[in-house]
Amino acid sequence: MADHLLDVENLQVSFATEDGLVRAVDEVSFTLDRGEVVAIVGESGSGKSVSAMTLMGLTRSPNSRFGGSARLNGRELITASEHDFESIRGKEIAMIFQDPISSLSPVHRIGDQIVEQIRAHEDISKPAAFDRAVELMERVGIPSAADRARAYPHEFSGGMRQRAMIAMALSLSPSVLIADEPTTALDVTIQAQILEEFKQLRASGESGVIFVTHDLGVVADIADRVLVMYAGRVVEQGTLDEIFYDPQHPYTWGLLGSITRMDREPPRRLPAIPGLPPSLINAPAGCHFRPRCPHEFAQCMEVPKLESHIAEAPEHADRCWLEVEEKRTRRLINGRIGLTEGTVIA
Amino acid sequence: MARFIVRRTLSAVALLFAVSVLVFAIFEIIPAYNPARAIAGRNATATTVAQVSRKFGFDKPVYTQYLNTMKLIFTGQVIDYQDDLNVVDQFRERFGATLSLVVPAAILWLLTAVLLGSISALRVGRLIDRGLMALAILGVSVPVFLLAAVLLYLFAFKLTLFPNTGYVGITVSPIQWAYHLILPWFSIAVLSVGFYSRVLRSNLLDMVNQDFVRTARAKGLPARQVFLRHVLRNSMMPIITMFGLDFATLLGGAALVTEAVYNIPGVGQYEAQAIGNLDVPPILVGAMFTGFFVVLFGAISDVIYGMLDPRIRLS
Repeated sequence: MADHLLDVENLQVSFATEDGLVRAVDEVSFTLDRGEVVAIVGESGSGKSVSAMTLMGLTRSPNSRFGGSARLNGRELITASEHDFESIRGKEIAMIFQDPISSLSPVHRIGDQIVEQIRAHEDISKPAAFDRAVELMERVGIPSAADRARAYPHEFSGGMRQRAMIAMALSLSPSVLIADEPTTALDVTIQAQILEEFKQLRASGESGVIFVTHDLGVVADIADRVLVMYAGRVVEQGTLDEIFYDPQHPYTWGLLGSITRMDREPPRRLPAIPGLPPSLINAPAGCHFRPRCPHEFAQCMEVPKLESHIAEAPEHADRCWLEVEEKRTRRLINGRIGLTEGTVIA
Repeated sequence: MARFIVRRTLSAVALLFAVSVLVFAIFEIIPAYNPARAIAGRNATATTVAQVSRKFGFDKPVYTQYLNTMKLIFTGQVIDYQDDLNVVDQFRERFGATLSLVVPAAILWLLTAVLLGSISALRVGRLIDRGLMALAILGVSVPVFLLAAVLLYLFAFKLTLFPNTGYVGITVSPIQWAYHLILPWFSIAVLSVGFYSRVLRSNLLDMVNQDFVRTARAKGLPARQVFLRHVLRNSMMPIITMFGLDFATLLGGAALVTEAVYNIPGVGQYEAQAIGNLDVPPILVGAMFTGFFVVLFGAISDVIYGMLDPRIRLS
């Protein structure tokens, strides 16, 4: 097996709560290399953020339990000590969070917040670190960065704050950058600009990016490979083209079917996946998606393995018992990929 | 900043006016209150009372009395009815003792509360957290008069570790000064330590789950730095407000119970006597004195607020 930048194998995360054990992440495996963007897609509560935060060591608590392994440049993260993690976080793996308004300290200057990170990992004077912070802010497209570095987060617009977050995350040239819904809180034009920053980062080949999102439009724009998560498990994973043009799992069909597209006639009915994601404390037996799936049959009571069913695409794996050809027929609704016809919008 | 000072000064004047009118009005309304009779003595004849009344101007209309009293206060000539002492001089002389009592006690309670609140929050749910919070409840619940008396009984009377009440000026002997004040400082601090540490603990616990604290951890900052720079600093706001107010009222004389128990000649002790005797001039001056500090420290805590949080910085 080739050495990857990041190699996640059979990752499991659960939390002990008063109501029982929450299996937030179950058997998640993937690899990431430099210059690559892996997108993790799923609804709220699918375990995508927990997976990402676990790689940062941010889900550790007295109530959390971990299984499996995650190796960064061959170094195990899951069992790393908190002390080791302090030197990994921010330096080797950096993270950008969803809400740039609440994710920056309201009482510290933007530049100082970047300086703080640089100085946590490098023996460098404050003025030197500040100069570097300004350079980083310039690099991510913040105008008059020298002045803006002295401003506070509340004096920044949402897009500029997210740029500052990116500058901060990139400050020590981490080999892995995790972006947890970095564009969700931004409006569409800003979103496009921020995505441009990620594309440049990918082109530079310095880092591998894990992009957590629920927005398939963003995924299509930026990802090389995609993991579709549902109720803590990966239900399908493959290259961008495989997932978008030959989706194997009914949940993926549902996600793809619910995108409204500018280049097509607007739908009279908005297709949506019926039902709600299950509780992770008492997840349904067998396939987790079974209760919401119109294609359910007897075998679905057994948990399907995540494996490839297509000979030509050995990396394209899914968790569904249906035969490949049957999937290819069933996923077409009125000639397009989807799960249901959708419900009538009043 | 200039606008801020002007605005606060105006509001101080308005507050002091309101306080003085209110105190004056209260004594007009109290039915049994007759200052002339009180001054003239229990066995005075009606004629004497009338004479006293005329001499002190109690026969004049209320607003005239009010204006006269204010004039006396602001020219420093106001005399209390009980002992014929100059009220302003009394406050001036006694303020040193009150400062000696309140300032170190305030430093003591603030530091202790921050320390204990932090320990509790960092060890939330553990034995030490539960123990500290139980102690905090106890500290809040024990009345000062009881605590002061018990401390005095145990440490001054039984164990004779500390002097049995009294006050020595800091200029006379700094060591004796501190020696006499340790028990009083402690008596004042206990209540606030309990209260502040509980408030701080809950603020800290709220703050720990904030997104920017997660960011600070994600940056790889050492846990200590995350706590001190991000969590603690953002949790101090309510503490600052409480501290300004408590410190102000104590300077204004709210430490009267402690001053009374330990026989410390501070402004609180004087005010307590005045209240007991329904002696209007010291009560009036005391109320305005407290009001002044409340406004002053309100303004100071607003400035500190601005220093801690740029979002509310004064333009």
